[in-house]
Amino acid sequence: MKRQRSTRLFVAGLIYVLAALAMSQAKAELKIDITKAVVEPIPIAVTKFVRGKSSQSQYGEDMARVIAANLERSGLFKAVDPRSFIQKPSDIQNLPRFGDWRLINVQALVNGRAHIVADGRLRVEFRLWDVLAEQQMVGLAYFTIPDNWRRVAHIISDAIYKRLTGEDGYFDTRVVYISESGPAIRRVKRLAIMDQDGANHRFLTDGSSLVLTPRFSPTLQEITYLSYHGNVPRVYIFNIDSGRHEILGDFPGMTFAPRFSPDGKSVIMSMAKDGNTEIYSMQLSTRKVNRLTNHTAIDTSPSFAPAQDRVVFNSDRGGSQQLYVMNADGSRVRRISHRKGRYATPVWSPRGDLIAFTKFTGGVFYIGVMYPDGTGERLLSKDFLVEAPTWSPNGRVLMFFRKSRTKADGTGGKSRLWSIDLTGYNEREIVTPTNASDPAWSPLIP
Amino acid sequence: MRLKFFGILAAVALVSACETASEESGAKSSGGATSSAASAAQTSAPAVQGIKAGSQQDLVVNVGDRVFFDYDSYAVRTNQQNTLDKQIVWMKSNPSVSVQIEGHADERGTREYNLALGERRANAVKDYLAAGGVNPSRIKTISYGKERPVALGSNEEAWLQNRRGVTRVVSAGS
Repeated sequence: MKRQRSTRLFVAGLIYVLAALAMSQAKAELKIDITKAVVEPIPIAVTKFVRGKSSQSQYGEDMARVIAANLERSGLFKAVDPRSFIQKPSDIQNLPRFGDWRLINVQALVNGRAHIVADGRLRVEFRLWDVLAEQQMVGLAYFTIPDNWRRVAHIISDAIYKRLTGEDGYFDTRVVYISESGPAIRRVKRLAIMDQDGANHRFLTDGSSLVLTPRFSPTLQEITYLSYHGNVPRVYIFNIDSGRHEILGDFPGMTFAPRFSPDGKSVIMSMAKDGNTEIYSMQLSTRKVNRLTNHTAIDTSPSFAPAQDRVVFNSDRGGSQQLYVMNADGSRVRRISHRKGRYATPVWSPRGDLIAFTKFTGGVFYIGVMYPDGTGERLLSKDFLVEAPTWSPNGRVLMFFRKSRTKADGTGGKSRLWSIDLTGYNEREIVTPTNASDPAWSPLIP
Repeated sequence: MRLKFFGILAAVALVSACETASEESGAKSSGGATSSAASAAQTSAPAVQGIKAGSQQDLVVNVGDRVFFDYDSYAVRTNQQNTLDKQIVWMKSNPSVSVQIEGHADERGTREYNLALGERRANAVKDYLAAGGVNPSRIKTISYGKERPVALGSNEEAWLQNRRGVTRVVSAGS
């Protein structure tokens, strides 16, 4: 608990760029185009961060490991095995011996220093080198409390990612999801949270009530989710810092499918009354409720566009479950999905350019994306059951869950979190301690 | 296929001590859909001991507590109406009982849509009972979507049993 708390502290100090900006642009700069379908991973060497002269800090090796793992998971980098390094990390003082690194085909080199300074804080500095151009690409230093070493490693990973791709990273983020345990007919579901790489895992509820579909607030301190507390299914808000759960509003029917607006000031959700499900938004400060749909069909799974001017949702008003877009006030509803199959769980990309969805057709589930006008549909992953995509904050990666068939004897039915790049490549399992579903990716931690 | 029906009827067979209950309904070709009704018909003999009138056990054993739905549908099937008709009679003869209808879906739908679908199914049952003269104030509804399956297995038989509306006694009254 104590450790959890401290990781929330802000990275103190930071931010003075270690000068040494690019001296010349003689050679083509190292650059990754992440929009290309297949990216040849860049060989990167992340050397152990060395200690200061008299420091007892042991964080250097752990930090290098976390950074290398982050970069490798992105699919854009190949972390070169430290055992093949020729130049020792401690020998890299002002300039690396670039020839030594070229010899083992390294294109990007990261070195750094991590040590405890006089006041007890951890000081971390790192540099990213373009080995072929023989120049420094970025150099930064951070001060923080020692317990924050992992966050600094994520922040450094993001800085490297951004310098090489030109886009914000997504490593300094967390994932909230539903942890599942027990047999299928008596499944226990708990809210759980972890760092994007699976570290710092903890449970937020005790499993006494069924909980579903958590979603992060863009301000990060809060999660909205569905709980069957007291056997009454309602939307709740959970404050991560205070640990407080609060029911959202006083509705005469089941409220579910909540999502924060991009400004964090309201929640959009469904309410079911007398069998009919409609979409409502609620202003959090005033608790003013606004009904957005008015139809006998099922209208649910709403998600705001980042500009907050439109909402995408799924509805069976046309006969089968399809995706629709409406203006934020509920006007001008138009159907955007037109192909065969049922479309569900639309989620607008934080970049605004795409909508991710779940599709079910021919007995198979798919995770896919389309443009907000419904064109350009691309299916990225498929299985017996894949569901509930959530976007990385930079809009380049999707996380979702995959569940296998349950056998008649109750075995099988494994449910796990997976991520996949927008390109359709680099599909990976996000390892969780239990069965898992309903992931929600946080924004970058402020 | 047999196994599934056994699972559902296990409780019935136990309380009614009727050896043939699972055997017979398991053999029915129309599947689990009619299993409750079938077992109810067989076990409606007053010989059953220790069952309190107006209790959940009474409903399960002597009436049938659940009806089944087609895929992605909330229409009460004609072959399920008999169970609901009997529930209406039972509700009328146990006027102090109030119930909650649970709406459930199979796993072949997305979570949120299935919550809405379960809500529709629960209300379809409620509306049927109310149309038969049961005071709607005695009937509450809740949807569990695909969260509470009763039959294991990712196959047609299990899905059919999981697409259900279950009537639960919440207050047996006096």
